[in-house]
Amino acid sequence: MTLTGLFFYLFSAVLVASGLMVIAARQPVHSVLFLILGFVNAAGLFMLLGAEFLALILVVVYVGAVAVLFLFVVMMLDIDFAELRQGFLNYLPVGALVGVVILVELLVVVGGRAIAPEVVESVPVPIPDHDDVSNTEAIGQLLYTRYLFYFQAAGLILLVAMVGAIVLTLRHKEGVKRQSAAVQIARNPATAIEVRKVEPGKGLS
Amino acid sequence: MEALLESYLPLVVFIGVALVIGLALLIAPFIVAYKNPDPEKLSAYECGFAPFDDARMKFDIRFYLVAILFIIFDLEVAFLFPWAVSFGDLGWFGFWSMMIFLGVLTIGFVYEWKKGALEWD
Amino acid sequence: MNQILPPTSDELLAILPELILAGGILVAMVLGVFLRRPIALVNGLSWLLLTAAAVAVLTIPLSGPVFHGALVLDPFARFMKVAVLIGSAVALAMAWSHGRQQRTQQFEFPVLILTATLGMMVMISAHDLIALYIGLELQSLSLYVLAAFNRDSVKSTEAGIKYFILGALSSGMLLYGISMVYGFTGQTSFPAVAEAVAGDASIGLIFGLVFLLIGLAFKIAAVPFHMWTPDVYQGAPTPVTAFFAAAPKLAAMALFVRVVTEPFGSVTADWQQIVTFIAIGSMVLGAFAAIGQTNIKRLMAYSSIGHVGFALVGLAAGTEEGVQGVLVYLVIYLAMTLGVFACILAMRKPDGMVEDIGSLAGISRTNPVMAFILAMLLFSLAGIPPLAGFFAKFYVFRAAIEADLFVLAVIGVLASVVGAFYYLRIIKLMYFDEPAGGFEPMPGTLRLVLGASGAFTIAFILFAGPVGELASTAAGGFF
Repeated sequence: MTLTGLFFYLFSAVLVASGLMVIAARQPVHSVLFLILGFVNAAGLFMLLGAEFLALILVVVYVGAVAVLFLFVVMMLDIDFAELRQGFLNYLPVGALVGVVILVELLVVVGGRAIAPEVVESVPVPIPDHDDVSNTEAIGQLLYTRYLFYFQAAGLILLVAMVGAIVLTLRHKEGVKRQSAAVQIARNPATAIEVRKVEPGKGLS
Repeated sequence: MEALLESYLPLVVFIGVALVIGLALLIAPFIVAYKNPDPEKLSAYECGFAPFDDARMKFDIRFYLVAILFIIFDLEVAFLFPWAVSFGDLGWFGFWSMMIFLGVLTIGFVYEWKKGALEWD
Repeated sequence: MNQILPPTSDELLAILPELILAGGILVAMVLGVFLRRPIALVNGLSWLLLTAAAVAVLTIPLSGPVFHGALVLDPFARFMKVAVLIGSAVALAMAWSHGRQQRTQQFEFPVLILTATLGMMVMISAHDLIALYIGLELQSLSLYVLAAFNRDSVKSTEAGIKYFILGALSSGMLLYGISMVYGFTGQTSFPAVAEAVAGDASIGLIFGLVFLLIGLAFKIAAVPFHMWTPDVYQGAPTPVTAFFAAAPKLAAMALFVRVVTEPFGSVTADWQQIVTFIAIGSMVLGAFAAIGQTNIKRLMAYSSIGHVGFALVGLAAGTEEGVQGVLVYLVIYLAMTLGVFACILAMRKPDGMVEDIGSLAGISRTNPVMAFILAMLLFSLAGIPPLAGFFAKFYVFRAAIEADLFVLAVIGVLASVVGAFYYLRIIKLMYFDEPAGGFEPMPGTLRLVLGASGAFTIAFILFAGPVGELASTAAGGFF
């Protein structure tokens, strides 16, 4: 148990520190790298809660794909670092205010947890015990049947994302020659060769 | 719960060992290595001639398109894991539920294929 | 574990309109990508699907919560769904007739309108916080893409980015609120949340409610979360703006009404002050900020902010009459907005589209019919009797006064007086200024929309009874 506590504080401390560094790092690329560190530590926290699936999906999807996309975007934008830093101090008070409000909210939530412990008992579908059903299996048993509607709607959202990305970014260059396997295979001597009679000294015109 | 976390202990040990070795190899040269810098040694090196311009340049937007399409299918695959794990309990209902989901995204895949989003011209 | 059964045929019937749209989206995408010239076909198909969905909504029986409490089809949902489907169908038809001349249409446009509409249907029917969020995201994601649809135009791209960033921020707020509500009640389904709230909400729940309302206020563009509206309305392609002003606004308002009355119906006092505040803010800002505008789309953006404020006056009352007033207001707003946008889409000079208000000068001589109907619509937007807009304001103000919200009602009346100024300014421009060259003749579809909208607005006194009754039935379910 003490070991769990130790890891909790380790993960949380690194998570908070890397969160700070995301906004404080001078280079946007470093920010993204700190973001990745943050994701990994959040995955560790999920793991401590017993949410194995979420922890590993966080690593696979967020670290593996989303962070890579962020890196692309950061590199794609030609960012002027000096200009980026300007105005940081101007916005600091507002940002700090929002941060403080959200911190207070979090404290309230944590406090509420202590005040209203019965909430854990009243959830519609309680989390099964870990020794009976693994976390991933427990998700699987509900996601595709009880939450069928949400699952299918999520599929449609992914579809919209796909259409949107293509509509907004896809451009084809004009006049690019492409290989067409079917045309190549369909070639035969009759379509590929032309026999011409060449008269001496004249050549082909 | 305890058993679950214990099963990850080897991973922690592994990461710890990797960290120690990595850091040791990083720090040891700092301490041990012979340092004698001069301007020529410290200048940026690019295939034997002076670098032309900034290494930071704009990427082609197509990298972004490929990355975002990858994320979408990555998420699709993420949905497959719990399905596969609990497949035995789900029955035909769960099976067809996933088939419809895959069908929707397959139509998306057909769309992007025919649109030429997977081509790199 | 006990096996969860597949949805019954009754459950599937209850979401038939959604199924029609979802199936149609997939068919439209396949057709669009395989046919050589799919645009006309996909447009026609999308239009048919919207109509079929509207017919389905009207014919299928009402039903309680389906899919383990995800969705519900009550009279309110039916009323709003029909309104939203009509709004989408009309916007699509206008876009089509506009696009045919522009020749910039892609088949993805109707597909995205369909996905957005599907999202709105889910929002309207949502009976669970998860369904609320999923519906909202499906709608918003489609709208972000639509705003930036004209990707070679800097303004359109800017509109898309602004809308996306602020929309994502508001979704974050909304999710934060949802997670707090879930954390304090352990429930996501509306009736279960209502049961857990039961008269007194803890401080954490109030925080959750506030964040939820902030997220929703972003979506309906109520002050102080309206900043994106003018830029997005101005930058987005005009047919898209027409769509934005119509259907999504209605769907988001429906969601707003449902969230405050259903799960939080027992703590009216807690949200009433928030709704009152944003109603006042929206009415006042909508009235004053619109005065200096020269771009008609920007003007309509401020006008829509103001009208959301007026509609919220009814909600602030927190009574059945109030919700009835909101519904009547929304229907009338939908009709007027579509009519005005039909005119905006017809503002075409020989060398292209124009958007500045000055170009409307003197069109009473060059395009007399258009000028007349537009004048009627603007009078109605200003709330001058006996046009539709007057009845809309009458309903909500009456509800507010019956609920003893006198200050709110007085501020509302003052704001509508100020608002009348900029509507009348346009009318003056059209009738008393020198012509600045007329517009090209309107395409048939736009004429039809403008005519229908004008007729509805002028002759609303004839429909007032039935519309009020329908709205009353729809609102009755909550109280």
